[in-house]
Amino acid sequence: MPRKFTPKVVTANRLMEGDAVWLTEDDRWSPDMAEAELIEDEAVAQDRLIHGQSQPDVVVGVYLADAKAGPDGPEPTHFREAFRTRGPSNYAHGKQETA
Amino acid sequence: MYTYNDFDEAFVRERVAQFRAQVERRIDGSLTEDEFKPLRLMNGLYLQLHAYMLRVAIPYGTISARQMRQLAHIADTWDRGYGHFTTRQNIQFNWPKLRDIPDILDALADVEMHAIQTSGNTIRNVTADHFAGAAKDEIADPRPYAELLRQWSTDHAEFQFLPRKFKIAVTGAAHDRAVIRAHDIGLQIVEQGGERGFRVLAGGGLGRTPMIGQVVREFLPEADLLPYCEAIVSVYNLLGRRDNKFKARIKITVHETGIDEIRRLVEERFAELRPAFTGVDQQILAGIRAQFALPEFDARPLDTFDAAYGDDPVFRAWVDTNVTDHVRDDHAIVSVSLKTPGETPGDATSAQMEVLAALAEAYGYDELRISHEQNVILPHIPRAHLPEIHRALKEAGLAAANIGLVSDIIACPGMDYCALATARSIPVAQEIATRFEELKMAHEIGPLKIKISGCINACGHHHVGHIGILGLDRAGVENYQITLGGDGSEDAAIGARTGPGFAYDEIVPAIERILKTYVKIRETEDETFLQTYRRVGMDPFKAALYPGKDKERAHAA
Ligand code: HEM
Ligand code: SF4
Repeated sequence: MPRKFTPKVVTANRLMEGDAVWLTEDDRWSPDMAEAELIEDEAVAQDRLIHGQSQPDVVVGVYLADAKAGPDGPEPTHFREAFRTRGPSNYAHGKQETA
Repeated sequence: MYTYNDFDEAFVRERVAQFRAQVERRIDGSLTEDEFKPLRLMNGLYLQLHAYMLRVAIPYGTISARQMRQLAHIADTWDRGYGHFTTRQNIQFNWPKLRDIPDILDALADVEMHAIQTSGNTIRNVTADHFAGAAKDEIADPRPYAELLRQWSTDHAEFQFLPRKFKIAVTGAAHDRAVIRAHDIGLQIVEQGGERGFRVLAGGGLGRTPMIGQVVREFLPEADLLPYCEAIVSVYNLLGRRDNKFKARIKITVHETGIDEIRRLVEERFAELRPAFTGVDQQILAGIRAQFALPEFDARPLDTFDAAYGDDPVFRAWVDTNVTDHVRDDHAIVSVSLKTPGETPGDATSAQMEVLAALAEAYGYDELRISHEQNVILPHIPRAHLPEIHRALKEAGLAAANIGLVSDIIACPGMDYCALATARSIPVAQEIATRFEELKMAHEIGPLKIKISGCINACGHHHVGHIGILGLDRAGVENYQITLGGDGSEDAAIGARTGPGFAYDEIVPAIERILKTYVKIRETEDETFLQTYRRVGMDPFKAALYPGKDKERAHAA
């Protein structure tokens, strides 16, 4: 039996600002992970990854990150990705500032 | 202090102009990220979790008031009003924008600073004892040699693409405050029969395979410094493993080749290279040395100091922990702690940088240092001015009297910033410091070095911490391994693991159990944690950390 595919989101950092962004279904890069497209299929994930990587003038370091569905949209499953949605824990800098 | 000559100035400006053009070409799409990344890394620009990070070199940790002010200005203009001082005597800005980097580099060049070779597989910022030139116990100031090495290694054509990064540290004292044994090359100034030279070590390093440097040459005459270092780096450049990033540091080369064979190859290469150094380097060294001449010290009476020391217990406590004897009795070395319990180790706000700059200007002959322990040093302070300095530091939130104590913790940026991290380190440091502040145990515990890294790369020197903490990712959860008995001094040692790691909310109580055990079992109040550990070994600490395990073992026996 094939391994169950863990849902993914496409994520990266913005070239100019360097902040974390996620690829949405309508092809925007959103600073809010909840707006990301949650991808449930491995082939689609590869496709969307390549789509993300084809925009080097907008984003850097594009990769697939594990995610799960939440009430408001995709949520991180790993603490590293959770930090990327918030910012550092020693100062209220980064995304948590405006959230 | 060293001041740039026309060549230095032109070189740094040229690099800024080049990088400005490279950034433009990246933004307009003519450079891909794969092409741009090595270029930005050559200029100290990283991409971290939440933003870019710019790493600026503070060569051998020496910085003037004017330079410190400029760092404050950069923090205010292009960053978030603070900077992070690191174990490699650099400062990191955590929030710059790509388009602003060339302007920041120009602002640095205005005060003779740069970010060149703070990254990449080159010879990195040369570090030195932060008490250089002021310490009572040193043979000579190591900084002129560090500056000579910097000039030699900067843009050295042969050494721009080494198998891996390469770090050199220099000390002028037998008591090692520069951790030279954990560097690719460690240099200790020594004297033999009235002649000055170096004890040369190689092959030290931390990271995933920590190793203590070994002696390549017991005595190297001063004039042979550059050709000998060049011989070491060139032997490494050929032998170093480019096939495996994890085996590419010189420590692995030395380990796999054996120190005797390395020595033979280095001496052979040295014999070839030596004639090419015709003495120009020594003329340059003489010029550099003149620039590091000590300031004209003012003789000052000690009565105001003595009176304050007698009257004010807070001042006295601060002097006892943060002030070190200077070559002159009427002066002192002040260590300003960037470790106020609860704050981020190594961070200073722009306002604090301004205060430090002003103090250096007013009382300290315009000199400051950054220590590898992430504190700021005022190396030459007349004792008469210590009460005023203490007052100003108190107002700026910089008067924590904790140098060398439990809360003076080294912590790398960890998962709060670093893209390579496997766990956080900053909040662990903050919570340990806060906890022991509550317990009021710092002085009871005495001298202690806790060092924390957020991954196996060991930027926080955890292997050489008396207590080392390594943050790992165990099945998607932060987990912290403890090592005991590490030492970064002249008696360098790599710490030994206590056993299984601890969850995030268990790590502070675990450290507390270790230290309460130490206080209970030490022979005298003067026996330090490290001495106790060396006397009794791991067992009592293991028993305190894993009480259930101990019973299991007893049952099994
Ligand atoms: C963007 C952030 C950083 C990255 C990507 C990074 C990367 C690394 C890597 C990959 C290593 C392991 C090298 C090896 O074993 O070959 C390392 C070691 C080290 N880094 Fe960092 N580091 C970062 C931040 C820092 C900071 C903030 C400091 C100073 C506090 C620092 C100081 C060191 C030191 C002292 C070592 C161990 C000594 C050695 O090179 O063996 N690094 N770093
Ligand atoms: S030790 Fe790891 S987590 Fe800490 S700064 Fe270095 S690379 Fe990052």
